[in-house]
Amino acid sequence: MRDLFRKIRKTGRVAQDAPRAPEPVLPERARDLGGSVQIRHVDAGSCNGCEVEIASAFGPVYDAERYGARQVASPRHADALLVTGPVTRNMEMALRRTYEAVPEPKVVIALGDCARNCGVFAEAYGVVGAVGDVVPVDLEIPGCPPEPEAIVAALRGLTGR
Amino acid sequence: MTGIIGAVLQVVLVAAGAPLLVGLMRQVRARAEGRAGAGILQPWRDLRKLLRKEPITPHGTGPLFRMAPLLLAGTTLVVAAMIPLVTTRSPLDGAADLFAVTALLALGTVALALAGLDTGTAFGGMGASREMVVLALVEPTILLSTFAMSVRVGSTNLGAIVTSVLDDPQQVVFPASLLALVALVVVVIAEAGRIPVDNPSTHLELTMIHEAMVLEYAGPDLALVEWASAMRLTVLLGLLAGLFAPWGIAVDSPAMLPVGAAAIAAKVAVAGAALAAAEVFMAKLRMFRVPELLAGSFVLALFAVASSFFLVAP
Amino acid sequence: MTSVAFPAALGLTLLAAVAGLVLPRGPRRVTAGVLTAGGGAAAVVAGAAAMRGGDWSARLPGLLPLAGARLALDPLGGLFLAVTGAVAVCAALYGIGYTRHGGLDGRVPQTMVPVFLAAMTLVPAAASVSTFLLAWELMALASLLLVVAEHRSRDEVRAAGLWYAVMTHLGLVVILGGLAGFAAAAHSESFEGLRAAADGLPAAGRGAVFLAVFAGFASKAGIAPLHVWLPRAHPEAPSHVSALMSAAMVNLGVYGIVRVGFDLLGGGAAWWWLLVLAAGGASALYGILQAAVAGDLKRLLAYSTCENMGLVLVGVGASGLFAVSGARALSALALTAALLHIVNHAGFKTLLFLAAGSVLHGTGTRDLDALGGLRTTMPATTALFGVGALMASALPLGNGFVSEWLLLQSLIHALPSGGTLTAVTMPPAVAVVALSAGLAIATFVKAFGVGFLARPRSSAAERAREAPAPMLAGMAVAALCCVLLAISPGAVLPALARSVAVAAPGPDAVTGPVTLHLTGLAGTMSPLLIAAFLLVAVVGLLALLRVAATRRTARRRARLWDCGAGPMSARMEYTATSFAEPLQRVFDDVLAPETDLDVTPLKESAYLVNSVTYRTRVGDRIEHRLYRPVLTAAARAGEAARGLANGSVHRYVGYGFYTFTGLLIALAVIR
Repeated sequence: MRDLFRKIRKTGRVAQDAPRAPEPVLPERARDLGGSVQIRHVDAGSCNGCEVEIASAFGPVYDAERYGARQVASPRHADALLVTGPVTRNMEMALRRTYEAVPEPKVVIALGDCARNCGVFAEAYGVVGAVGDVVPVDLEIPGCPPEPEAIVAALRGLTGR
Repeated sequence: MTGIIGAVLQVVLVAAGAPLLVGLMRQVRARAEGRAGAGILQPWRDLRKLLRKEPITPHGTGPLFRMAPLLLAGTTLVVAAMIPLVTTRSPLDGAADLFAVTALLALGTVALALAGLDTGTAFGGMGASREMVVLALVEPTILLSTFAMSVRVGSTNLGAIVTSVLDDPQQVVFPASLLALVALVVVVIAEAGRIPVDNPSTHLELTMIHEAMVLEYAGPDLALVEWASAMRLTVLLGLLAGLFAPWGIAVDSPAMLPVGAAAIAAKVAVAGAALAAAEVFMAKLRMFRVPELLAGSFVLALFAVASSFFLVAP
Repeated sequence: MTSVAFPAALGLTLLAAVAGLVLPRGPRRVTAGVLTAGGGAAAVVAGAAAMRGGDWSARLPGLLPLAGARLALDPLGGLFLAVTGAVAVCAALYGIGYTRHGGLDGRVPQTMVPVFLAAMTLVPAAASVSTFLLAWELMALASLLLVVAEHRSRDEVRAAGLWYAVMTHLGLVVILGGLAGFAAAAHSESFEGLRAAADGLPAAGRGAVFLAVFAGFASKAGIAPLHVWLPRAHPEAPSHVSALMSAAMVNLGVYGIVRVGFDLLGGGAAWWWLLVLAAGGASALYGILQAAVAGDLKRLLAYSTCENMGLVLVGVGASGLFAVSGARALSALALTAALLHIVNHAGFKTLLFLAAGSVLHGTGTRDLDALGGLRTTMPATTALFGVGALMASALPLGNGFVSEWLLLQSLIHALPSGGTLTAVTMPPAVAVVALSAGLAIATFVKAFGVGFLARPRSSAAERAREAPAPMLAGMAVAALCCVLLAISPGAVLPALARSVAVAAPGPDAVTGPVTLHLTGLAGTMSPLLIAAFLLVAVVGLLALLRVAATRRTARRRARLWDCGAGPMSARMEYTATSFAEPLQRVFDDVLAPETDLDVTPLKESAYLVNSVTYRTRVGDRIEHRLYRPVLTAAARAGEAARGLANGSVHRYVGYGFYTFTGLLIALAVIR
């Protein structure tokens, strides 16, 4: 416990200073949400590269939580679905059901190139299509995988902070 | 008059301040983890947003599922009006003593547990089952601590206990009080669902207690549940502060009410920050280690009763 | 008033018995039921009048050979009479609908219910040892016949009947021994004579009498470890009889303890009441632990009866203890709590057993693991059981809460004045009451949440149908009584105080119509105000929500969140067993559950599992540890004794000869 305390004191703040707030991407949604976005992450068939970057975006250095974004355990609690990977056959129905479970108003974010257009998995036999082919997508974050800065910037565009 | 204004003030203070307390605790934790944190207003933003969302009634759930958040918040508000936070003169003080207060909080928990069972999902049942185990084991500790504290006062009414401590401040350092304090802190942690009993920010259903029961709530219902949980934490911390450090509480004059309000806000904030800071150093206990912790607090409460007798006995 | 109502009660019940016996099958059920309910109502009137101070007594010298019958009603007997009557009204109304099927409209069950009621009204009114014992035995026999009413359809009924018959008669033997010894020493068998002579008896003799009657009465009240018959007999009896037994008959065990211990023997030594307190505490804890893990709805309720009677005895024991130490106000408070808990328990246990009967009637099963989803098919029964469960779980808005609150107050405030004995006994007593209160919450959340909410777990539950009107009426009366008791206990407390004064004379322990004030103690609580404030808070929140959540008010109906994996079957729901599993694990050492796990691998490889069988069972440990060895020893002794009787007449003559000679030698030596 003493070690932990010393470590906390020595480390201090590791969060980067917040860059200037980007323009809201979906202004009316951002007004509705008013600085609070609860996110349910759905892995629709990702290679887990994007997951590493999401973890990093919510980690201490980028600290997406400071802008009002938070990950939650149930789509019922969520405002936004953060979908990664191409949609595989096994996850197609699950993604649809998750989308249905989110209360209105809701936002779908396709994170990474695979989610946007299947990326390297395009035309693969186990892939149904991009996220946009299964549920309506409101926001896309390009990159393979996208950098944490890009993820944080997109989320800030939603929270408006 | 002081009593009525004080009681209204207490309800307003708890209702408005509870989300701020949660925000503060998250902020303390964020800072300890080297993060910047979302600010202490964030829980209010979350609630405002949830109120704008649509409520959902899952198939196969009944009226109890819809009533439970109301009951949970309702019981907490009633408790907030009853217990001595800002003033000892609440007009509701005579209606309930410490037993009734804990039983009222238990009533809210039961409503939520039934709602969890009503969904018929595995997680809902699991959360309800675990919550009931914790509740069943916490109950004896609360009652024994109450016992220990009421022996020297001769009453279980909260106003009487607080007034007695104000009259004779050295009571607080008596072994009976200190042991009861430790026992009640464990109880508060368990009842409020904090680490190490439960982790309020977990995403893993299998480790959940409280969160597992509310997985089906959305929109305003969820707002009510989250707000009520925050208020329960506030009320419990306020109760601890009132019982063991009642200084600044308004007794007679209405002029003391602002002082009382400021004092209780400061005390609860300090207690909450301390709790959050302590949580950084701990991991959640395994579900089946939790009873051991609660049994430990029970033994402490038993010691508290024993020592209170030997101090009172001539 | 009493002089009219009590004979009317007896007359109506006997008329009901005659109607059950002679009427043809068609009108039998309704006539007997209505007459029994009338008899119950008359008993309520008689009891209430006796509680208001209308003492009444009668001597019927010709009725019984040798001694004649003596009857008398005082406020204490009146309380138990009124409770019995009220339970009988609900059970009889309910029985009109319930006994339509399953052979319960036959002569024996229809006759025995009123006879059972008549016996139960006679017990608290008996004023002499012989009358009391006769009524007691009549009660036992009538209830025994009712317990085995369905013995043709289920094997367990016969086992339950056997256990009950043996236990109740062993109980009768010790009560008979105790009271007969008392009467012989007092040279009188009327209660008046006993009361007058009690002070002149030696302390050891009084202790022996108390010990004997306590064992007998505690067994009737279902106090551990003498409770073993109760969780067998109460569930197997027809449900309206279960209600009569669990809500009215067990009370009379407590009546016996209070009547003999306080009234006839006039208090006694501290160890009597410590024994009562300890037995009560053990029973409360053991009963509720067993109830918490029970999977059978009626068995759960039966164990809950053990718990509640245990709590009552904690109050009775504490009251006796305080009386011995001279704390009169506290003694009255503890007894008030105990008697109020009897009334409250009678209310909610009637309701719960009747509702459980409706479930059995509507689904054909009482296995909680196979129930669920009754909310949609049996809405009225669900609501009524919900009310009963709230009352039973000692939460605010329930009546159990009021009496448990009083009990805790009496235990807590004993400390400063009581000396070392109370300092040692009261903290564990409070802990026991508190733990049983906590476990009761979990138990009834399980019973209601798993049994009635969520989705049906079997096709039997799916096809459930609502109970007919008479059954609902019986339950509704019980529910109404419970709600009244819950929000306005002040209405019955003044009358209750007179009953208390018979055993623990002193000022009224609890006063105040709305807020309950404790005499001599600084404790107040107001169930009515709590309920009112809660109502205001909930309504206020609803209004607030209307104002705050203006954006979207239309509720959307949606699928359950199934993690996206497709519809969840009923098999994925939490069952009663899984709900109680954590508790079972925590209290592993007390409950000692038996679990079997068989894993059968495939023939090809030991690592591939073909099937898994998991079986878990929580038996009654006291029965296993205490009774089984005695029963096996008795059986073994019987086997061994068979060697003595091999059928040879010569041998038998030899036995006679040697016994006679031995006797003569013994006499020669002694004389």
